[in-house]
Amino acid sequence: MDLVIILQAGVASGTVLLFATIGEIFCERAGVTNLGVEGMMLLGAMSAFSVTVATGNAFAGILVAMLAAGLLSQVHAVITIHLQADQVVSGLALTFLGTGVSLVLGEGLSKAGTIAVLPPITIPVLGWIPFIGEIFFKNQNILVYFGYVFFPLCWYFINRTRPGLHLRAVGEYPAAADALGINVYRTRYLYVLVGGMLAGLAGATISLAISPGWFSELTTAGQGWIAVGLVIFARWDPLQAAVGSYIFGALRRLILDIQGPAMLFGLVNPFFANPYYGFFLQMIPYAFTVIVLVMGSREAMRKRLGAPAALGLPYIRGQRGA
Amino acid sequence: MKMNKMWRVLSAVMIMVMILSACVTPTAAPTKAPEATKAPEQPTAAPEKPALQIPDVVAGKFNVAMVLIGPHDDGGWSQAHYEGLKYVEANVQNVNVAYIENVPEGADSEQVFRSLARKGFNLIFGTSFGFMDPMEIVANEFPDITFIHISGYKSNGKNFGNLFGAMESMKYLAGMVAGARAKKDGNPRIGYMATFPIPEEIRLGNAIALGMKKTCPECTMDVRWINTWHDPVIEKEAAASLFDAGAQVVFTGADTPAVADVATTKGKWGVTYDFVGSCKAERCLTAPYWNWGPVYAKVAQGVIDKTYKPGWDYFDAETNGLGLYGFMEGQTLTKGLADLDPEVLSMVKDTLAKMLKGEFTRFDVFSGPIKDNTGKVIVPEGEKLQQADLDQFPPGAENLKCTYCMKWWAEGINAELPK
Repeated sequence: MDLVIILQAGVASGTVLLFATIGEIFCERAGVTNLGVEGMMLLGAMSAFSVTVATGNAFAGILVAMLAAGLLSQVHAVITIHLQADQVVSGLALTFLGTGVSLVLGEGLSKAGTIAVLPPITIPVLGWIPFIGEIFFKNQNILVYFGYVFFPLCWYFINRTRPGLHLRAVGEYPAAADALGINVYRTRYLYVLVGGMLAGLAGATISLAISPGWFSELTTAGQGWIAVGLVIFARWDPLQAAVGSYIFGALRRLILDIQGPAMLFGLVNPFFANPYYGFFLQMIPYAFTVIVLVMGSREAMRKRLGAPAALGLPYIRGQRGA
Repeated sequence: MKMNKMWRVLSAVMIMVMILSACVTPTAAPTKAPEATKAPEQPTAAPEKPALQIPDVVAGKFNVAMVLIGPHDDGGWSQAHYEGLKYVEANVQNVNVAYIENVPEGADSEQVFRSLARKGFNLIFGTSFGFMDPMEIVANEFPDITFIHISGYKSNGKNFGNLFGAMESMKYLAGMVAGARAKKDGNPRIGYMATFPIPEEIRLGNAIALGMKKTCPECTMDVRWINTWHDPVIEKEAAASLFDAGAQVVFTGADTPAVADVATTKGKWGVTYDFVGSCKAERCLTAPYWNWGPVYAKVAQGVIDKTYKPGWDYFDAETNGLGLYGFMEGQTLTKGLADLDPEVLSMVKDTLAKMLKGEFTRFDVFSGPIKDNTGKVIVPEGEKLQQADLDQFPPGAENLKCTYCMKWWAEGINAELPK
């Protein structure tokens, strides 16, 4: 068991969670909860793989994945923003819709065979630094590198720019934002779309880079839900989301690598001695998601964690206090 | 007003679905084109395929149904069974065949088996370990229908039978090849990606290790448990975990050929499993595989003729139900096999020839002396494991006790089992 290898693999598979989580952060910062991340990711994964097989161009695959998932997210946008329906119910339905559509369209795709996936790259100089360089800059996929640049930019965008300020205003106090001349509806539609596109990118990251291929609903295996939980864990902050994503990515690999050594820190390694204990490790991300979502559903806790004040509430123009 | 709103929601959803399908279908279509070897149209698999649609029987024919845990085109375990079913369709007179794929083990599968029985299928195959108990329950409800369960260990002696084959023989040979490969590459380490700690997985792992020791006495074998039969993503991660931990050749015990894809990117070797067509990747060393066709055809014919008695049916290589990719008639050695020590290759070929003639069986694979990985002698010189030992944990079933049982790892395996 080698810490560098675990973290290296963790950063790679954590990139999937990173894109999905940041997408959901944008969406929730605008005041819309979208529980359909899993469905949008599956649609993204399927369309990215399908397009890449057909055209041989992985970037075309990513583009179509983002468009397809972004389009799907607009179903949720229309239902929750325009028609002011319950966001939780609509989000759940979106997961079913996305899963169903991608399973039907992805039928027979799994045996499509080898495709030109995005190649891993080692960055010169940076990749030679021991430990840090080996983890972050050696043999990583191009999308992983994109993730490093992307999450600080998102943080900067949300916290330091004018459009970011508008985004936060719409999520915190839409009536005030409206009074200032910000178009609340348009802003919310836009960030639901951004959230959908990033979920699509997360799906494409799986099917083109991290574990290439299309394996029906096992492709994401609940990672969309973990992303929804991570948003609360990250307190709607892209920087914390990155930390959480990479940790959860590393956990995926730790579950396997920890079975290797007979002794761990001078003690008998329980995961070596008894394969059944592995079940508990496999459970952690999902158990975490359940706990965080339960906590996040409590009003008082949400306030303490810093949830956008108007999260989950439809904005009805002219209605007092909304 | 409310009605109005609902219609707006509904129409919005419909429009989105249409836009979406219009958007993605053209791109998805080309990938379906290479399906050149399309089976004769299955009357069963509904084109839109909502998960578990129960197929219909055809009156006047002998109706055979198969329940698969994964997709029928998974490139591994399930596809091997599916090809077997197609063989039955082509080679047994007056049959109608149908299958259901992606059926989860447990309570869901019980409903599937019951629905198939109600529809009136005459013979039902269940092809995953976890279908065992549901099949037993349903078989007792429908005494006129024959249920055959693959892997597992239960039978009611009447209409619920167990069927499996001596894959350990092929894994043993693959172990020899892998040992030779690792030795030649100067990295005497093998990896085994195991699914669940059940006798079958331990038996197959031990067979690999026994073969490995024949050609590479200094070789050792690491194990990773993945706790699933079919999850290509986890299979890839586990293969990467084994390769990164230093393995030169990795075996899979799970359903898909993911291991060879990972081996190709890592520049090492993978040994796939289950399906003759699974060994396609550049770095696939070989594949011990199932050839269910003749086996299933015999069972189906036997049930039609009322000569087949469900029980514990365990076949060896002479039934042509087993194969080792690269070594069978009409196959050529893979890139990784071709430059191995010719002595090893001829040893493998000779042993395989004996197996195909029935002169070397699973009991010869597990003949003493065999030591476990703590140095303890499990099977003394001159003794052989019996069938009861091969597929049971101690102490074995009440009426079928085992002496040595299958709860030990062979010498060279770097792993433990739960107490």
